[in-house]
Amino acid sequence: MKHCLVVDDSRVIRKVACRILEDLHFKTGEAEDGVSALAACRAKMPELILLDWNMPNMNGIEFLKTLRKERGGDRPVVVFCTTENDVAHISEALDAGANEYIMKPFDRSIIEAKLAEVGLS
Amino acid sequence: MKPEDFSFLAQMVRRRSGLVLPIHKAPLIEGRLTTVMRRFGFRSVNALIHELRHGRDTLARAVTEAMTTNESSFFRDRPSFDKFREVLLPQLLQERVRSKRLRIWSAACAAGQEPYSIAMILDDLKLQAKGWSIDLIATDLSSEMIARAEEGLYSHYEVQRGLAIRRLVANFTQEGGNWRIHENLRRMVSFRQFNLLDSFGWLDDLDVILCRNVLLYFDQKTKSQVLEKIAETLQPDGILMLGHAETPDAAVNTFSPVSHAPNLYTHAGNTQQRLAAG
Repeated sequence: MKHCLVVDDSRVIRKVACRILEDLHFKTGEAEDGVSALAACRAKMPELILLDWNMPNMNGIEFLKTLRKERGGDRPVVVFCTTENDVAHISEALDAGANEYIMKPFDRSIIEAKLAEVGLS
Repeated sequence: MKPEDFSFLAQMVRRRSGLVLPIHKAPLIEGRLTTVMRRFGFRSVNALIHELRHGRDTLARAVTEAMTTNESSFFRDRPSFDKFREVLLPQLLQERVRSKRLRIWSAACAAGQEPYSIAMILDDLKLQAKGWSIDLIATDLSSEMIARAEEGLYSHYEVQRGLAIRRLVANFTQEGGNWRIHENLRRMVSFRQFNLLDSFGWLDDLDVILCRNVLLYFDQKTKSQVLEKIAETLQPDGILMLGHAETPDAAVNTFSPVSHAPNLYTHAGNTQQRLAAG
């Protein structure tokens, strides 16, 4: 079973995303900001990271840039999941090493479609 | 809705479009009627049916169009598109290298996601810049859907189902919360309202026909008639793409599946050639 780390400062969003991902046969973990997400990745690198942009302590883009420099940090598929829906943010995320991008609000069909895009369906 | 009204409605829609309205979908159908009811200013579905019985053509057309299912997404049934792009299209281009002409028809295009998916595949290959003449025709029974498709504007929800983010950014422009397909892609497609029960006389020599997720709403007889007309319109070595849940079983001697290519068919006599592509 593949492991997905859901990184979002909203407990509700984490809960909804985890429920969808578990339904899609992922084992899930949660982190509420970039700092705790990095700690989780250092302990066990997940196959998939669903990543919010705006979070306290360390935001999504800072986390991604740091992650990609970590040992094994190039492996996880990173899918941004954010309300930052403009082209400038999307381009910045892709340049930083994001694999896909979900514009909130999302639902199960969007997560499924995006997982298909990154070969994790 | 009274059983006799449902029966009248079902017969009218079937006669006009071939669509079969099953009785178990009555609540869904009544919901769709409500939309037409409001548009035409009727106070009830009963009043609308009463007027329909008096043969008002504009209303009958609107009701028929409202009965279509317009669910679609970009690159829907991805494996079919992958096989088309990776194997069948290169083969087709090789076969047409002398004429440098390609004719493709999306027969039930809904809001345009299907023909625009094909347009994006063709645009990736820069065929027009290489001197190819591309006819990409897209039709739908619903004039409302054709108008939407021509507009080429999609919600953030629609563009996230089937489009990779890099393709979205490359082929669409953001307009507020929506995304508009680029003009060069929009211009590649000729949209037209068309009823599959009508003559296919204006369509000929098609290399690829996409007739997806529409045959399943027809009865067997209508399905056979449409497939017969498709067979006459499709080039001898052309490709037919059906929907995920559809087969040409009504024309089993006419079409054969392309090996290892889900939902893709060719003329039965041409199977050997397309087998090689699998």
